[in-house]
Order: sequence, then structure tokens, then C-alpha cells
Amino acid sequence: MSALSTDINGSDPSNGSEPVVDRRVKAQQLTAILLLLLLVTSVLSLTTGASSASLWTALTDLAAGREMSTMDRVVLLDIRLPRLCMGILVGAALAVSGAVMQGLFRNPLADPGIVGVSAGAGLAAICAIVLGSFLPSAIQQFLGTTLVPIAAFFGGWGSTILLYRVSTRGGQTSVATMLLAGIALGALAGAASGVLVYYSDDSQLRDLTFWGMGSLAGATWTKVLAALPIIALALATAPFLARGLNGMALGEAAAGHIGIAVQRVKNTAVLSVAAATGAAVAVSGGIGFIGIVVPHLLRLATGPDHHSLLPNAALLGASLLLAADMIARVVVAPAELPIGIITAILGAPVFLWILLRRRGNIGL
Amino acid sequence: MIMALEARNIRVKMGHKKVLHGVDFSANSGKVTAIVGPNGSGKTTLLRAMTGEVPHQGHVHINGADVTDLLPWQLAALRAVQPQSSSIAFPFTVLEIVRLGLSAGLSAADSSVPLQALDTVGLAGFAGRMYQDLSGGEQQRVQLARVITQVWEPVVDDAPRWLILDEPVASLDIGHQFTVMDLTRSYAARGGGVVAVMHDLNLTAMFADHVVLMEAGKVAKTGSPGEVLTDEALARTYGCPVPVNTTPPIGVPFLLPQARADLAAQSG
Repeated sequence: MSALSTDINGSDPSNGSEPVVDRRVKAQQLTAILLLLLLVTSVLSLTTGASSASLWTALTDLAAGREMSTMDRVVLLDIRLPRLCMGILVGAALAVSGAVMQGLFRNPLADPGIVGVSAGAGLAAICAIVLGSFLPSAIQQFLGTTLVPIAAFFGGWGSTILLYRVSTRGGQTSVATMLLAGIALGALAGAASGVLVYYSDDSQLRDLTFWGMGSLAGATWTKVLAALPIIALALATAPFLARGLNGMALGEAAAGHIGIAVQRVKNTAVLSVAAATGAAVAVSGGIGFIGIVVPHLLRLATGPDHHSLLPNAALLGASLLLAADMIARVVVAPAELPIGIITAILGAPVFLWILLRRRGNIGL
Repeated sequence: MIMALEARNIRVKMGHKKVLHGVDFSANSGKVTAIVGPNGSGKTTLLRAMTGEVPHQGHVHINGADVTDLLPWQLAALRAVQPQSSSIAFPFTVLEIVRLGLSAGLSAADSSVPLQALDTVGLAGFAGRMYQDLSGGEQQRVQLARVITQVWEPVVDDAPRWLILDEPVASLDIGHQFTVMDLTRSYAARGGGVVAVMHDLNLTAMFADHVVLMEAGKVAKTGSPGEVLTDEALARTYGCPVPVNTTPPIGVPFLLPQARADLAAQSG
């Protein structure tokens, strides 16, 4: 047997001599680069803004043992730092959710924003804002600021499960059904939000307007601390999902045959996506396309292995959202563009590009 | 130690149609067992019932253990399954696909197995290629390399491991058909078990030790190739005359479908 195979390959000089490129090494190097990038964007994010507050003066003040000026303290510690933390959390959550969802649906076009998971989470969050006051005060007090993120989680969870049920049959996902179901979910969520607007008072209305656009401008330490545990938990499942999602690329049956507990991977993936997307939507509204662009770029660079894709997606997602946020703050300063506009301008062309490239084998 | 892959009274329904009517199946380790039969006779369904892919009634035992009592990773350590065809969702390289056959906690010694496996299926030098860019036959052999990577040692702790293959040579050229069938023989010779759904009766006659002939959701005949592949059994199951001869040097059955008399008369 081996005589035959050696013969066949021995006759072709291009085979055998070609070194095997291990993309795992490349992916590790990329992780280091992305860490550096996140550091750079974080520092830039702290130094960029309408106010003249300066990170350097603040740091030299600190180094010299002097008190920071009040303006530096307020702008840096109470405005820019929570905004930075929220940007990192939300960017990482959106990018990893995108990557996990694409692995689960075996499709690079699956993204919580596009297929209506964000819409479902947003609707639940809006319900919590407007109708939360009808809850018994004991529950209100117990949940406090986590009410909105928790509601968003359940909204995201419900819509992910609904979507999976509708678009997946026998382990095969129909892309057309998935995208159309997303449109339907989005429309439904939009309509319900429209109705809720009529029941809301002024301050609730301000919150609602913010949902539509998506922004990091409302960042406070309270919101960061409400989102942090949920997003951290969701991201912590990623290492346990990596092998399962790689196996799922072979199809559900084959994944089972290589020893993957398919149902458990699916449940964990759905919960993780719902938690990360829900928490991100709850604190920053609907920021789209991060979950499409980031995993796509990383797959081009180092391949689809989820062991490296998921952590690298977290890093690049965080950097990209910080960069988009800086652009949003600078372009029309001292006013701000909603960050969702920037991510859509960056992301929609990438989405169209994937569609064009896959047009032949999209399996509609 | 010789052990078995056994299925008892397997019944499968697809919608309202009964596809398998209480099939009994048994394969011994150290042998290549082929499942043959016409289209729609239930070969692949039987295989999928035994691998747990289709809902069924009845029991499947591997090496004496009921498969429903085993966890996914325990089952994966006992047997590997090659699907009929497989599309991959993302742009993985050949080596990345084959590595999926390695179990989660692999030792350093295992890491050379994927490359050796690629060599065995005649794909040395393909490791860095994109799976999606390969031909159908090459993709099929990549999948086979992944499958044999999973159960690379045919015997572990005195217990045989199993290769379960659904038409492993379906889209291969004649040279690679022999490469793959040789591989199954050598796996069985080293103590492992092989169960394969086969279309090509000549390859079956040449390489299988044990043949299970299926007809309309039931087992029609089992035994050695010489016992099962007979004129009247094949004519009955396949509905056309298939006279069986014997190849001179090794004496295995050899068959060539005969043109039906009426068609022969027309062309003559």
C-alpha cells in the first residue's frame, strides 16, 4: 500500500518538499501583536476627546506625588476610563459572539446583529426599561442595575434558540432561512419597541433613543460593573467551546463521531452568545457588524481554528470598537456620531464581500 | 482478542416507511466486513443506525458494551466513522482537518500521526493545502486520513478498535481504490475491525472476509464472498443477471454484468 502511495507522490516534485505551514504558530504571534494593538488603542482612547484633559499631565502629577486636577480626575477616571472599559468589554463580547455563532451555524454570515439576536436582546432590554417599574419593588431592588442586562440576556437567548429551531434541520443550517428569520425577528422587535415608546416617559424615551443608535457615550462604572461578570462568564466558556466548534465544521454527525458532546456544545454556545450579546446590547445598544468583520479578518489571517480564533477575536474586537469610538468622537467634535454608524460603514461592505465570494455555494 | 461489532433487531422508520425490518448484524475484529446491496436496500441506513446517526429500535454493541452506555469520547476512542461525503464549513487546511481526529488530550508522540495518516492514503505533501480546493476524491481521502488518525492503533489494551466506512472508494480512481482497500486489509490484519458499505462487488470479493448482502431492508445472505456473491443471489437482489466467474490466480469471485438478451439483440 505504501509502495503505491510513495510512488504517486514521489513522482511530483512539488509535493513533499513543500514545508507544512503551521498556522497555530502564526496565530500565537498574532495574539501578541493584537495585545500590543489593544494597549495602543487603549492609551489613545484615554487621550482622545473633546475635553483638553491630559493623560500625561495626570500621570506626571501622580508620579510627582501631586493631586490630579479635578478636571483630569473627572474626565479621565469618571468619563474616559469607564468608556474604555466598556469599549473593551462590548467589543470583545460582540466579536466572540459572532465567531461562536458562526461556528455553531457553520456559516460565516451568522452574526448576532444580522440574524436578530441583538434585536431580541434589545427588545427585552426596552421592555425592562419601560415595564420594569411595574415589577414588585422587592424584585426591582434585588436586581437593581442588572435588571436590564439580565432581561437582554433572556431576550438574546430566546431569539437564538428560536432562530436555530427555525433555520436548522438535521444539523444543516439554511442560510436563506436564517437571514430571513433574522429580518422577521428584527421587524418584530422594531414594532414592539415602537409600541413601547408610547408608554414611556421622557427619561425612558431618552434611553430608548439611545438603543436605536448604539453608543459608548453612556458609559458609567455602574454599567461596566453590571456587564462585566456576564460578559466575563460568557468569554470564559470560549476555551471549552473551541474543539467542539472545530468539530462542528465537519457537520453535527461527524462531530459526534470524533467524541464531541454535540448537544452540550450547542447549548453552551447558545447561552454564551446570548449572555455576551445581551450584556453588550444592554449597556451600549445595537452596535452592528463587529461580529462579522473581526472573525472574518482573523480567518483570512490565521485560519478558522477556534482555539486561536476566539481569543484573538476578543482582542481585535476590543481594539476595533475602541478605534471606531475614537472616530465617532473626533469626526464631528465636539458633538459625537453614534458608533453604530461607524461600525456599519466599516462592516457592511465586508458583509457584502463575503456574500459575493460565497454566491456560488451559499446553498439558498 | 477477537471481539465483535453487533447489532440486534435494528428497525428504522423514515416517516411512515419502514426502511429496516429487524436487521441482525455481526462483524468480527481482524476481518473486513462489507455490507452490499442495491440502492435503497438499507446499507447506509444500517451503518447510520449502528453509529447512532438515525433514530432506531434495537441494540448495538461494540466489544461487548452497549453503545448507549458509552460517553461520546469513550465511543470515539473505540470507533471512527467515515461519512459518505463531507463539506467543511470554513477554510481549514488538510492538516487541520486530519488533526481533528486526534483526541482532546493528545501526547507529543501522537502529533506525527496526522502526517503519517496522510501518507497512508496517498496524500503526503497535501498537508498545507486548502481542503476546499481539493477534488472530490482527494477530499474523501483526507476524511479517511482523519478517520484512521482517530483510531490509529488497531488494538489498544488488548481491545480492537473499529473503522466504520460508508462507501470509502466511491469517488476514487482505480489506483486509490486499491490504496484504500489495502489499508482496510492491513488494519484488520493488525487486529482492528473494519465495516464498510461497498458498491463495487469486485472490490468486495477481492478485499472482504465477510459479506452481508442486503435486500429491501433485510439481510438476504451473509458469509464469505464466495458464499454470498453467487449467480442466483445477485440476480435476485439486483434484478439483473450477474454471472460470477473466478479469477484464475487467487480464486476470488469475479463478476461482469451481462447485457440483457433483448438489448443485446437490438444492438446486434
